[in-house]
Amino acid sequence: MTRPLFLCFLVFLFSSFQAAMASPEFEELLARNAKLIHKSSSKTVDPVLADIQEFGGQAAAEFMETWKDKKLYYVKKTGQFVLAEPAGKNDAGKKMVSVIDAISKQPLGQMVAKSVKQIKPNSGVRAKIATTLVPIQLTSDDIEVRRGGLDAMSRDIQPGHLLPLQRAIEAETDPDLKSRMEQVYVYAAIAHGTDAGEVEAAILSLRDNLSLETRAALNPLLTSQVKVAVELPGDVNIARIITPGVSVKKSDGTSGSVMLMSGATPELDQTAAYQMLVDAGFAAETISSDKRNESLIEFAENGRIGDIPLSTLNTEEARDTAYDWLVLNRGLPPRVADDEMRSAIAAHVFYGVYDHPSPDVTSAASDVLAGINNKVMVYKLMDLALDGLSLASIYFLAAIGLAITFGVMRVINMAHGEFIMMGAYTGYVIQLIVPSYTISIMLAIPAAFGVTFLAGVLMERLVIRHLYKRPLETLLATFGISIALQQIAKNIFGTQARPLTSPSWLDGAFVVNDVLAISNIRIAIFCLGLLFLGLMLYVMTRTRFGLETRAVTQNPAMAASMGINPDRINMLTFGFGSGIAGIAGVAIGLFSKVTSELGSDYIVQSFMTVVVGGVGNIWGTLAGAAMIGSLQKGIEWFNPSNTLAAQTYMIIFIILFIQFRPRGIIALKGRAAED
Amino acid sequence: MENTLFTKYLLKNPSVMIFLGLLALFTVFVVIMAEGFGIGLISTSFVKTLGKTLCLCMIAIAMDLVWGFCGILSLGHFAFFALGGYMIGMWLMFARTKMIVLDAAQNVALPMTNAEINDAVGTQIFGVVGGAEIPMIWAFADQFWVQLAFVVLVPGVLALVFGWLAFRSRVNGVYLSILTQAMTLALALYLFQNDSGLRGNNGLSGLQNIPGFDDVPQSLISIWFFIASAAVLAIIYVVAYGVVSSKLGNIIRGIRDNEARVRFLGYNVESYKLFVFVLTAIIAAVAGALYYPQAGIINPAELAPIASIYLAVWVAIGGRGRLYGAVIGAAFVSLLSSYFTGGQAPDIPFGFATLRWTEWWLVLLGFSFVAVTLYAPKGIGGLIDHLSRKGNSS
Repeated sequence: MTRPLFLCFLVFLFSSFQAAMASPEFEELLARNAKLIHKSSSKTVDPVLADIQEFGGQAAAEFMETWKDKKLYYVKKTGQFVLAEPAGKNDAGKKMVSVIDAISKQPLGQMVAKSVKQIKPNSGVRAKIATTLVPIQLTSDDIEVRRGGLDAMSRDIQPGHLLPLQRAIEAETDPDLKSRMEQVYVYAAIAHGTDAGEVEAAILSLRDNLSLETRAALNPLLTSQVKVAVELPGDVNIARIITPGVSVKKSDGTSGSVMLMSGATPELDQTAAYQMLVDAGFAAETISSDKRNESLIEFAENGRIGDIPLSTLNTEEARDTAYDWLVLNRGLPPRVADDEMRSAIAAHVFYGVYDHPSPDVTSAASDVLAGINNKVMVYKLMDLALDGLSLASIYFLAAIGLAITFGVMRVINMAHGEFIMMGAYTGYVIQLIVPSYTISIMLAIPAAFGVTFLAGVLMERLVIRHLYKRPLETLLATFGISIALQQIAKNIFGTQARPLTSPSWLDGAFVVNDVLAISNIRIAIFCLGLLFLGLMLYVMTRTRFGLETRAVTQNPAMAASMGINPDRINMLTFGFGSGIAGIAGVAIGLFSKVTSELGSDYIVQSFMTVVVGGVGNIWGTLAGAAMIGSLQKGIEWFNPSNTLAAQTYMIIFIILFIQFRPRGIIALKGRAAED
Repeated sequence: MENTLFTKYLLKNPSVMIFLGLLALFTVFVVIMAEGFGIGLISTSFVKTLGKTLCLCMIAIAMDLVWGFCGILSLGHFAFFALGGYMIGMWLMFARTKMIVLDAAQNVALPMTNAEINDAVGTQIFGVVGGAEIPMIWAFADQFWVQLAFVVLVPGVLALVFGWLAFRSRVNGVYLSILTQAMTLALALYLFQNDSGLRGNNGLSGLQNIPGFDDVPQSLISIWFFIASAAVLAIIYVVAYGVVSSKLGNIIRGIRDNEARVRFLGYNVESYKLFVFVLTAIIAAVAGALYYPQAGIINPAELAPIASIYLAVWVAIGGRGRLYGAVIGAAFVSLLSSYFTGGQAPDIPFGFATLRWTEWWLVLLGFSFVAVTLYAPKGIGGLIDHLSRKGNSS
């Protein structure tokens, strides 16, 4: 024990100038182990590494670093460890290397390349070297090396790390790194500490720490094993008493009741419990139905058991009867009746035992974990709310164009989704031309508006204009356009998804803690949604164009007699709504891949958003989007694995909702409400 | 007696007679030409395609009744169609799997108990979605007649509930279309789940094998189904014709043209609409139950909202408000579609590029649909009307 301590002392004392010093002791150590280092395998390398670790110091760290990085060579004749650099060819045309001693760093001149050999540790050995390297790195002079060592250690904490880490904390001068070391030490103490008091203190210090690391550190403390006994033993750390068929295991190892936790299955059912009794030697073995069937086949004579033919044994009862005959006449072990099973189970006690022996530690861990879980729950709820909000903004973006064409003009445009798709593809094409993502997105938004505006105007002029009196047929005609546009997109861009890459400043996330993080793109889409809302409200209520649009949609004839050209207004309004869809396409393309089916994924939801919100009202669209988005996320909360079910139930809810408010959340009143 | 009554009816309604006559001729022609029975000029797979087309004609008639005559543009009838297919598919799949299981167990010493048989069948059918238990909804999958009743009952009840809710709150026009579309989407999404009990997106497969007829070759089964489809189409046509030519038909048309006026005349508009909606849902379901054994497989993609819109396309191209128009539209467009998308149509080379029909057919269909809506709102049926009127007057 004194030797390593003394060496550690040496390490601290001389660490600053040890690098320059060649240590004969270290050289001697390496020479002893040279064979194992030259040809290492993860099975044989352990003692060497232990030796080097024990020795410690900067020289050892550097040596292991070069070894790990495959930069270490040895001279074939002497076995001396060297570093080699290619140094051209000599007169005889042989490759030469310039060589320096790996430990003393003294140049040894040039050698023929073939006289040195590179040491190539395999990945298993390299991992082991890295683990050994960690404690040595912690004593390095270089703060970066210490930091790297700490990172490596925190990924895989070994019991042997505790002591060096404790020393490193004492010696550390950088306050940031010191506090991180202390943090890692807490986890190390929890995982490998031997003193219950220390572990408990470490656990309690993690109260209110929401990081995943904390939860990962605490959960292993609460693992437990199921056991059975005649009486509950007093000397073990009991987690829970199990009532077979009733009690449920909770995540902290304690038990709950099936009644209180809906959807949970009991931890131990009757059969498994009885099997435990059998395994522990407390009860006679049952005859499982498989075993019974085997015996029936085995003991059948001429296809009969006694006077019962096998071919009639097609019910459980008949098989049991036949087996009972075998029990009586052939001395097979009897079946265990259900009653016996039940009473045997009732006569014994089933319980869970924590793997960790100290009740103080486990109860501290479960307390702290419960507190953390409560907090995590709150943050998850907030995360859900934000998810709902961002989904709502996506629906709002997708539907806002429809709020004009369908909501205000009452034109049902099934090709609206394809306008969204056109916008997204416009963004993609512009990114092909303009390499800078920021500039290309800035360009894509007006370009997408322009393209879809033109498409909208064209469609209005050529098709929709003729169908204002026949709304159902508008639906069909625009559907025809929709399938044509979709197929054209497929023909041009192919069926595979095209990326629309967001600029790097949109890539990150606004991180609150390990549970709650809001990606910047969600924030951006939310802001874009708000911007659109403001823009639409402004255009529709504060501009001449908006006024004329409303006038034309309410009464075209009257509007015309006031000097408004209804044709022109209809055309522009439709183009405006389509253009907005194009911009929405750019936004949607940023977070989902651009395919020709992009639009049809949103079309039904968009229409429902407008209908649920209330036709003819931009606030209604907002309300509709908010309701559908939050509802969908809310349903997902109950069954997170199944987003399809969430969508199904949401649609059913909407169908029912329409029953009670057929005109939507915000219904128009008075004249404007008349169709 | 009945026979003469029917002849009288036919004489009074020449269009029905013409339709039934043509259908009978067509059926006889195909059967004689078919591979399994006659000369062998028509391959089995094409017989199946024709049989499926007849089923599509049935659902087109349903769509024409509900849209062309009653003015309800339902975008949900393919949901009923697929539900009908699912109901019969459950029996086909269950009964056949059970036969296979029993066959495999024939040489085992102990005969299987019912529970064991069910376990084995469950593993066979639901192994693909990671389950082995047979869900509740398969409780009657063993009984052909019960499942046959379900073909009518399940879509019928769904249509009844949905229609009652929708018509009661006077959702109509475009709103109703969107609502029916939402219903279809909800059903499709539900069926896409693995725990829906209907094998998720795998759907039901192997439906072309009819339990109990393992020895009969597919070429013959395809003809049976073809004849059955033709017969059911004839019945549905006569029933639909009966509905539209009766007083009921007049009221229904009145609802289409001016719902408020019919209501003010004292008719309970909602009941009439509900009747038509449920009737057409049942027709669609029967069509589906005949269609999917010929297709061999059914999965939730079949009832994607777009399918129902295509249905509207067929009827619009064929001509709304004419039963034969719906039949012509469905047959014409669906056969043409399978011809062009099947890769059989020759590509048209231009100097600079080649027009591949598999790529451009949908574009052409989409635009021709726009053209029909704009310039020929009465569809092909309108064209026939126009021609026959010319013929009469000259």
